[in-house]
Amino acid sequence: METFNHLFQLFISASLINNFVFTMFLGLCIFFGVSKKMETAVGMSITFTAVMVISAAISWVVWTYVMVPLSLTFLKIIVFIGVVAAFVQAADTIMRKTSPDLYYKLGVYLALIATNCIILAVPIINAGEGYTFTESVVFALGSGMGFGLAMIIMASIREKLELARVPGPFKGMPMAFVTASLIALAFTGFSGLISAH
Amino acid sequence: MDTRSNYQIFMDGIIADNTIFKLAISLCPAIAVTSALKNGVMMGVAVMFVQTMVNLTISLMRNFIHPRIRIPIFMLVISAWVTVTDLAMAAFARDVYAEMGLYVQLIVAFASILAHAETFASKNTAIPSVVDGFGMGMGFLFALSCISFFRELLGKGTVWGFEIVSFKPMLLMILPAGGFLTVGVLMAFFNWIGMRFYGGKPAGH
Repeated sequence: METFNHLFQLFISASLINNFVFTMFLGLCIFFGVSKKMETAVGMSITFTAVMVISAAISWVVWTYVMVPLSLTFLKIIVFIGVVAAFVQAADTIMRKTSPDLYYKLGVYLALIATNCIILAVPIINAGEGYTFTESVVFALGSGMGFGLAMIIMASIREKLELARVPGPFKGMPMAFVTASLIALAFTGFSGLISAH
Repeated sequence: MDTRSNYQIFMDGIIADNTIFKLAISLCPAIAVTSALKNGVMMGVAVMFVQTMVNLTISLMRNFIHPRIRIPIFMLVISAWVTVTDLAMAAFARDVYAEMGLYVQLIVAFASILAHAETFASKNTAIPSVVDGFGMGMGFLFALSCISFFRELLGKGTVWGFEIVSFKPMLLMILPAGGFLTVGVLMAFFNWIGMRFYGGKPAGH
């Protein structure tokens, strides 16, 4: 029970309190670039969460059983980006052959993922915090869900924002930033949710 | 080959192709590390160093890289230079590094660095490539300095750690929400200058 509590806390803290977009500012290019339509935002969040969880698991194994015993920890940036890129490429090839339907829906996003900071951040944080295997996977899942939540909130607002009358210089990107600022202010309210951390 | 003069390439990097305000890419550190001017400037310098060195390395190696494996090679070169920067900062700028170590490591995922290795450095000789990397880096440094100057001044009442006003005018500005707000307002301001005086198009289009 104690372990479950701990993992649940980790999940809540990764998804809401330390939300990747609004508190840690990761994955902003994707967040602002792809949040114009609800459909894309949903597809993107599903693909991202799946890739984050699996690549966190693979990187944990590589980190614990290869890099730490061989004292290669200083190479973590190069190794993690290689692991993530190789995994994404493999997933792309396998999905194209085995489930063309799914590939048609989500394949476009896979190509964008290979070198994205939000995907790379998960293994780096896991390694830095010294999480166990279960903790790493739960942290990745929580972060992915938090990112998905942010994407969906933003997409639903931006669909309405298209129709709003915005002053000339604020059109497009700047207005999206101001919107994100207001959502971030709301997310600040989550910061007291778990006191002992 | 690029036909612009070196000066023109340099100025385009700072103004016309400004990473943050015009292209709106590589935004993560622009908000994450800019709650103090010192961190913003250090981050800008780190990015400028990586971008210049990556452009130089790629342009020197460009005739030996097979086109089909160019992207993995670019990633390898970028991550090597980021590792150099990361280790150097961990050794020589420890107080700053403690706050923004994660974001230094994530320079490796910068769209602007990979894009310029691909579109510029792999097609041009060493000197214009260095100028291009330096110009883009200066543009990034300029953007980060602007953002962090306003955030630190309004949020803490200090500039580079020195007290300017004795109260804290807007605590909001050093919170995450203030970061998004500052970038949005500054981007709109530069848009306004572009539209008012040069008849340019707004950013992010």
